[in-house]
Amino acid sequence: MNESSLQAGYVKHAPGFVENKGPKLITSRFKHTDSFTLEKYLSTDGYEGLRSALNLSPSQVHDEVREASLLGRGGAGFPAGIKWGFPPEGVWPRYLVVNGDESEIGTYKDRLLMERDPHQLIEGVLIACYALGLSQAFLYVRGEMALAQERIAIALDEAYKAGYIGKNVLDTKFSVDVVMHWGAGAYIVGEETALIESLEGKRGMPRLKPPYFPAAIGLYGKPTIVNNVETLSNLPWIINNGASAYKEFGSESSPGTRMFAISGHVKRPGVYEVEHGVTTFRELFYGDNFCGGIRDDNELKMFIPGGGSAPWFFKEQLDLPLEASAVGAAGSMLGSGAIVVMDETTDAVKACLSVVRFFARESCGKCSPCREGTTWEEKILQRILNGDGRPSDIDLLLDIGDNISPGPYPAASYPDEGLEAVPFPPKQTTICPLGPSSVAPIVSAIRRFRSEFESLITRRDPIPLSLDVEEVAT
Amino acid sequence: MSFFNEENEAIARDIVGRYPVARSALIPLLHLAQEQEGWITKPAMEQIAELTNTTSVEVLGTGTFYEMFKFHPVGRYLIKVCTNISCQLSGADELLEHVKTSLGVEEGSITEDELFTFEEAECVAACTEAPCFTVNYRYFHRATKELFDEVVVDLRAGESPLSKGSADDQGVMPEHGTLSRVRQQIPKSRCAGIKHPEEIKGPPNWIEESV
Ligand SMILES: Cc1cc2nc3c(=O)[nH]c(=O)nc-3n(C[C@H](O)[C@H](O)[C@H](O)COP(=O)(O)O)c2cc1C
Ligand code: SF4
Ligand code: FES
Repeated sequence: MNESSLQAGYVKHAPGFVENKGPKLITSRFKHTDSFTLEKYLSTDGYEGLRSALNLSPSQVHDEVREASLLGRGGAGFPAGIKWGFPPEGVWPRYLVVNGDESEIGTYKDRLLMERDPHQLIEGVLIACYALGLSQAFLYVRGEMALAQERIAIALDEAYKAGYIGKNVLDTKFSVDVVMHWGAGAYIVGEETALIESLEGKRGMPRLKPPYFPAAIGLYGKPTIVNNVETLSNLPWIINNGASAYKEFGSESSPGTRMFAISGHVKRPGVYEVEHGVTTFRELFYGDNFCGGIRDDNELKMFIPGGGSAPWFFKEQLDLPLEASAVGAAGSMLGSGAIVVMDETTDAVKACLSVVRFFARESCGKCSPCREGTTWEEKILQRILNGDGRPSDIDLLLDIGDNISPGPYPAASYPDEGLEAVPFPPKQTTICPLGPSSVAPIVSAIRRFRSEFESLITRRDPIPLSLDVEEVAT
Repeated sequence: MSFFNEENEAIARDIVGRYPVARSALIPLLHLAQEQEGWITKPAMEQIAELTNTTSVEVLGTGTFYEMFKFHPVGRYLIKVCTNISCQLSGADELLEHVKTSLGVEEGSITEDELFTFEEAECVAACTEAPCFTVNYRYFHRATKELFDEVVVDLRAGESPLSKGSADDQGVMPEHGTLSRVRQQIPKSRCAGIKHPEEIKGPPNWIEESV
């Protein structure tokens, strides 16, 4: 390992994590080598949040989470406290499914939270189950994450034995079972209704909407709350310290902290816990406390601000804060906290193909605009890159994109060309947002680097066949 | 005839018992079958169907959706090289090419010594530690061609290469099919009680204010 690329504070046993200056609400234990053990957890305020919660009524706990305005960290940024209020009255049982399927390109945080601090997540799960009267929780860990499965299995065993999970938790009436479930490799299973299908033992295909939230009809047709690993990992801190202490961090609309993985062409890539809503992209990429600049002091060409599904940003967007509505108005999203930085040496067409190919491979095939469209997009981009592209291919790509996501597609402003930002989110003709996600790299790259596409195109358009039908018939 | 050996059959029944509806155990049981045999065989699917109240066609239908399940034999060590954007920006294409030439097989097939199969992988959530590869889903971060060669040498010599991988993951390298090296155990005396959803009519007893 090249040590010079490591940021001061890089924690080797939490690979990628950088313990830099700034508040650490959910990564505070990562620095301890044994952070995943019950013993360590208990000696660092572990399960205190659960104890405090059990001294409150379930609805008081719910109120505290609502008051904290904790935003979902899985991609959509929906406030957890509000989502928790969606189950229809009088319908029982209700379930919790923890989304630990982390597989969006560039995203690396939930795996760390599961491997390094499984008890923190389990405590969050228990707090949610208590607040909402849930009968059972399923911790769905991505299939490929063998170590995370191991750490969670051990932590669950420890917590059952010690009386934090199961019958009469800490000698109260509260009783709940928490079961680890694990997937088998399919990005689309991260979509919450596909996650539920998968947990029911089926192919992981998203369900038709409405209902828009599985909180109405979810697992086994019952109200089901789906929350991301990072979202739930915040609960012990919030209950321990209170919503108002939580809101002292971050901005008003985006309180607390958030984990961001910054990968690609920066000097010191890493996973950072960052104050939400206030830090800017420029600080993240160039600040000494973060990535320390672009590698080899190259120029920045573009960056993906929120995972493979997010439209690209450029140097004009560097001073935006990491805040959902500002980023949305500028044409993209913070998504899953995955930032991929690309310098001037990057081939825009190749980068575009790389992201599109992911969506083409991961399309579940349930709806045709996505199944067919992503395949076409990949093929056309590949032939352009191979030097077999045709002049009409650029418009064809945009046209296919328009079939998946009609109307102007979200994009960053491009002042040099007088192009204004198109705000997020995109429209969709599909069942889930995966199809529209494949359009993000295409529109982003063509809008900004059309000439790079054109310079690769050497062929002419095929001469259209003009058969006179009458003539052929006679 | 049953597919699972005695020990695994008991484990399978235990897993089924953790879910309100048996079919939910389908994916974990396919993993268990793959752990026993290295891939998913027909008798395995038949027994899983029996255990989960489904048909073997439903088991196949579900199983084939997920790329970790192999319906043909693979090497004892499954190597996956991530070629998604963050890894690609850090040299994944070259690493993949090296893996291919040094193993001397095509993607998906098995080396002559039956030890290795390699595949291209989609983002495995190690993007800041790019490029990376996994062996039987154990991570090797900030990978170089040399690191890959050393891992192969270790595995050929029957040694665990994990000390060269993620600093957080040590110990023995399991064979293909084994993910977690431990299993969750729910002690009967501590279990809150797992019921079919239709058996639960009202809110649990700690929720008092509800309807
Ligand atoms: C294609 C697709 C993939 C997704 N993948 C994930 C994922 O891997 N992890 C995750 O937490 N959410 C993922 N989501 C978002 C979930 O559908 C859901 O919004 C989220 O888990 C809710 O949790 P939160 O409110 O705590 O963020 C994905 C969504 C889509 C459309
Ligand atoms: S948009 Fe794509 S991934 Fe989503 S349901 Fe349709 S085919 Fe499946
Ligand atoms: S892109 Fe390779 S691990 Fe994420």
